Amino acid sequence: MRISLMTTCLVDVMAPDVARATVILLERLGHEVVFDKRQTCCGQMHTNSGYYTEAAPIVRSFVDTFEPALDSVDAIVMPSGSCTGCVRDQHELVARHEGDSELEQRAAAVAAKTYELSELLADVLKVTDVGAYFPHSVTYHPTCHSMRFLKVGARPLKLLRAVEGLEMKNLPESDTCCGFGGTFSVKNDATSDAMVTDKAENVVRSGAEFVVAGDASCLMNIGGKLRRTGASPRSVHLAQILASTREDPFVPAETILGRAP
Amino acid sequence: MSTVHLGFPAVRPQHASPSSRLRGERGFPEAAREELGDGTLRENLRRATSSIQSKRASAVREVRDWQKLRNAGSALKWQVTDHLPELLEQLEASVAAAGGVVHWARDAEEAGEIVTRLALERGAQEVLKVTSSATQEIGLDEVLGHAGIRAIESDLAELIVQLARDAPSPLLLPAIHRNRSEIREIFLATMPDLDPSITDEPAELAAAARRLLREKFLDMPGSVAISGADFAVADTGTMVVVESEGNGRMCLTLPRTLISVVGIEAIVPSFQDLEVFLQLLPRSSTGERMSPCTTLFTGVHEGDGPEEFHLVLLDNGRSAVLEDPEGRSALHCIQCSACLNVCPVYQRTGGQAYGSTYPGPIGAILSPQMTGMHGSDDPNSTLPYASSLCGACYDVCPVKINIPEVLVHLRAKDVDRRRETRGDFHGTWDVALQGASKLMASPRAYDLAVRSAGPLSSVLPGKNIGKLPGVLPLMTGWTDHRDLPKPGASFRTWWDQHEKDRAAQEPAHGPEGGSAAATTDDDPGSTDEERS
Repeated sequence: MRISLMTTCLVDVMAPDVARATVILLERLGHEVVFDKRQTCCGQMHTNSGYYTEAAPIVRSFVDTFEPALDSVDAIVMPSGSCTGCVRDQHELVARHEGDSELEQRAAAVAAKTYELSELLADVLKVTDVGAYFPHSVTYHPTCHSMRFLKVGARPLKLLRAVEGLEMKNLPESDTCCGFGGTFSVKNDATSDAMVTDKAENVVRSGAEFVVAGDASCLMNIGGKLRRTGASPRSVHLAQILASTREDPFVPAETILGRAP
Repeated sequence: MSTVHLGFPAVRPQHASPSSRLRGERGFPEAAREELGDGTLRENLRRATSSIQSKRASAVREVRDWQKLRNAGSALKWQVTDHLPELLEQLEASVAAAGGVVHWARDAEEAGEIVTRLALERGAQEVLKVTSSATQEIGLDEVLGHAGIRAIESDLAELIVQLARDAPSPLLLPAIHRNRSEIREIFLATMPDLDPSITDEPAELAAAARRLLREKFLDMPGSVAISGADFAVADTGTMVVVESEGNGRMCLTLPRTLISVVGIEAIVPSFQDLEVFLQLLPRSSTGERMSPCTTLFTGVHEGDGPEEFHLVLLDNGRSAVLEDPEGRSALHCIQCSACLNVCPVYQRTGGQAYGSTYPGPIGAILSPQMTGMHGSDDPNSTLPYASSLCGACYDVCPVKINIPEVLVHLRAKDVDRRRETRGDFHGTWDVALQGASKLMASPRAYDLAVRSAGPLSSVLPGKNIGKLPGVLPLMTGWTDHRDLPKPGASFRTWWDQHEKDRAAQEPAHGPEGGSAAATTDDDPGSTDEERS
């Protein structure tokens, strides 16, 4: 299949290895990945902060980028639950706020072909065992948007359980938010800190070497807290584990979510 | 869902009166910071919310048609907000037909005046109260106090709060922030006849409170009690009070005069609808199959219960909430407090940080709509932002209020209002997000910025960004608490090379091949080299 990659702005800049891993994984599975460099951001930060008027040109840019290629690609993939949620649930909302019914319709068409990574693998590509190798213990944090808005359910877990060498550890209070929440993490930094402190402690309590999730933003928050407190677990994105093989195993870099060259 | 247009009222709905207990003195971030520093509070909250959360979860699990019940509750509440004026008139007629008197209170002041007048006319110096958020919202105890009438709380937790002179914590568990030994000390300090050998066993503490209250119930000059109601049934005029301790039932049955102050949103269309709500409420609220005491009373009956019944219907900003089609579902709340107990923010800050009678996720959408959000200096403008939008509240809400969606809607309302107000759209966030919007809507400029982020940040030491000096306005909110990965080479830099490698490996594809979508004419990142 021909799959268009929307990296998300955060991954492109702050966690480039997550997008790289997505490309490596999909190509290994025999698919063609295209990346349109006109892509910028889905507009989630602006939308969830209430800046609909400022989100509108970003949404328009997103639709302008991905709509023309809709007929030539089978799917658009984003390695993020919350950004996929924004495309699916909020682009039309922003267009309505601007009274732009044409944009609303175009956005709906793009959203219909947009998938979060575990959705793409399970529902479109219909794979469970992607031939990955990751000889480490991991604990899974089901991010709020993946779990409650997209309802990805057990898809990521099924993919992880099929990874050779991987040992799953239970994460206490796994379904509690890590405290990221976009601009919440800065606007309400004390509350956010209290939340991520508890999340990081639970990751340590799980005994796992890695905490894995489908959202680089949440992982940047949890990983950033783990680093700050000097705790040993690392955060790793689902794509990075699934891209890892015996021939080319994932080795974490010192940078949060980074991969050693 | 279709939107019901509620017509154009001749008089625009008013926001809640400023004297209402719906707005704190500080914004949420500052208030929360202080509450978060109280270790005992956090531990008390953590223990209480997690135990009640798991009780709720198991009570809900045993109902096989729970989702259908939620749908029914939601549909009934939409029916209420769609037909509120007609239903209120029907309720008035039903209550009058059953021998009660209905009073209409536009705001907190009117409600306070009505209740005070009724109590004074009956010569009451003390009145007994059943916990109710409506009376708390209008600050009734203080209003009565000004008129020389002492209000005595009959609910155990409210009594603790009243004796300790605290502001109560949340809707359901007002003393959630106090532990057993603290309560024992409060009782010893405020109950003169209490035996000092009392321990902090819950049974002993409850018995002490019971002794105090029994004396009041049986010896009340003026004999006036004041309650709220969980539901007001339009077709029969029946009030429903759901409670755990039985103090409410004593208040509702022993006095000569009963005054119920009820928010206009508590209405349900018909008696039969209680079938749905009396299943949803106790399980969501206390995790019980049925509440220990569910009292239903309709008007007055000779020789049975109060001789007089007065219903004070309270608006106080509710019509203003009703006015907003995207926000009005906040009025569907049946005050179970399930959203509070499951909220990761509330679990850590407690209720007082919200500054309102209605805390937690529901309070964050209800309070600012009742009072209005009046620009960046208004503490209630911060409430819609007091959430990470995790959605746990929506999952547990028995009437399916989509709280995260309303929170985002209210943020947009706040931003739009400030945008239209001269001089109130120049905050750090406003400037930052306007700039980011321009950048993210310009693929060329954005591409350049993304590619420059790595080289620019290479001046900072280390692989991650640690604590930064306080001069950077937004960044330090992050870096005070956690490290930030330092941008290296962007993904698109890697992609350029990957594309070249791929083209080299697959010569058959040619330049028009696999990456056609990636090399359009206005592709900002592609170089001549790539196009060749």
